Amino acid sequence: MGVLIKKGAEANIYLEDWCGRKVIFKRRNPKKYRIPELDKMIQIQRTKHEPQMIHKAKEAGVPTPIIFMVDLNEATIIMEYVEGKQVKQILNDLPSDERIKICQQIGRLVGKLHKNGIIHGDLTTSNMILTDHGNIVFIDFGLSEQSMDIEERGVDLHLMKRSLASTHYQYVDECFNAIMEGYEEIMGSETAKEVLKRVREIERRGRYISER
Amino acid sequence: MWRREGYCLGIESTADDFGVGIVSFNGKVLANVNDVYIPEKGGIHPREASRHHAMVAGRVLSEAFERAGIKPKEVDVIAFSQGPGLGPCLRVGATAARALASYLNKPLVGVNHCLAHIEIGRMIGGVKDPVTLYVSGGNTIVAAFEARRYRVFGETLDIAVGNCLDVFAREAGLKPKAGKPLGAVVEELALKGRKFIHLPYTVKGMDLSFSGLLTAAISLLREGRHSLEDICYSFQEIAFSMLTEVTERALAHTEKGEVLLTGGVAANRRLQEMLRNMCEEHGARFYVVPKEYATDNGAMIAWTGVLCYRYGLITPVEKSFVKLKWRLDEVEVPWI
Repeated sequence: MGVLIKKGAEANIYLEDWCGRKVIFKRRNPKKYRIPELDKMIQIQRTKHEPQMIHKAKEAGVPTPIIFMVDLNEATIIMEYVEGKQVKQILNDLPSDERIKICQQIGRLVGKLHKNGIIHGDLTTSNMILTDHGNIVFIDFGLSEQSMDIEERGVDLHLMKRSLASTHYQYVDECFNAIMEGYEEIMGSETAKEVLKRVREIERRGRYISER
Repeated sequence: MWRREGYCLGIESTADDFGVGIVSFNGKVLANVNDVYIPEKGGIHPREASRHHAMVAGRVLSEAFERAGIKPKEVDVIAFSQGPGLGPCLRVGATAARALASYLNKPLVGVNHCLAHIEIGRMIGGVKDPVTLYVSGGNTIVAAFEARRYRVFGETLDIAVGNCLDVFAREAGLKPKAGKPLGAVVEELALKGRKFIHLPYTVKGMDLSFSGLLTAAISLLREGRHSLEDICYSFQEIAFSMLTEVTERALAHTEKGEVLLTGGVAANRRLQEMLRNMCEEHGARFYVVPKEYATDNGAMIAWTGVLCYRYGLITPVEKSFVKLKWRLDEVEVPWI
């Protein structure tokens, strides 16, 4: 195994040389508490699901890593290592106008996902890579789902806002407004308004009371 | 001997249990008396349950005083479960509490039922700062303390896991016995199950959904191709794996070192085993709240009443109306 770059509850991420390329191995961890039949089934289902969603995102015009191979037995996805920087690392240090541009671009990409029935499920700035060419690549579709529901879209954007509030707290409003601008370009103002209304409603629900 | 600082009487009546607990200010449980409403058929009928509560209230109260060996006028605080729960049932407890408080001229404290489950578990088990999995007939919550409140990290999007188990068991024609609720009957059958049948496994982030599992399990029953033991076994494996997975996520996310399991479903050995296994992997301490304090009880309300009272959180009568949907994360917790 190559270098472990992220250890998660669900999967470990390794950086590896593979057939002359720098690639990512995403290996799902077996869970001892589940009986083997069930554990295997869940692992296979999720290992299959994620590349499918990554592919759907590409069809929707959202840059995602290239999938090289899927090994169901090892519950491993081998995919492109996207060169660039996590948006999380750079966003705070950018001048305001550039930060707004990046966020508008993120908003357009989220709009493209939602318009095509894809809910990312874990929209955080650490799951977005800014490449040297200035493109943003979305990674980690492990929690993604297919849905056209306003509720699911609202939750998706709400999670985005929550992650902004924890890592980019000085710029939450600036960033989120810019994201909604980009989102509106793709979704149209009527749908965007409806989703934004739902985001506010979700915030007001008890479980997110701290963000009132 | 413990130092007598004062006593709090707590009344619990959110669902099918009517309970009265008397707890001293330094955490000694002097009495914890309970009377459960058992429906003739089907689930809890709120009106019938509230009738039961009204009928037994007087007797349960006097039994609690007798066990505690104190007189009503020696009680310093009256606490009651103010929500969340079934309206008619909650109102019986609230009415009794208001009556006692005004008759004895003592302060009244409205307690959040979910908070009480966590607090009694922490006190009894000496647990400091856990991720709590609270699983019962009415609630399925993964919570942990962060910035003045217990935050809900995951919860059910539809029905509670205990409710899911109960409805399934009734569909299967199973009957609860004295001291053996439906969940325990399913658990016993599951032990004899051998073949695993796949059923819907629904985890969304840290949230869960049990309605699909219930529907699928009921259709399996009706198909009649599998033994009831195998269905119970598969049903439990799926439901409890889901619960363990979201608890694990919350534990990894919050980086806490303890897991507390409470609620009526906490008595299930298989669920305990899975969580213990998961905790071992994370090097976390695992604590299961004993049954007497894990199911709905008056002592937990009394103890949380003590905590609230110490911090001046008193409920004036005009604000003592019951809150049917009172969320755990709406409550400020100043004592941690």
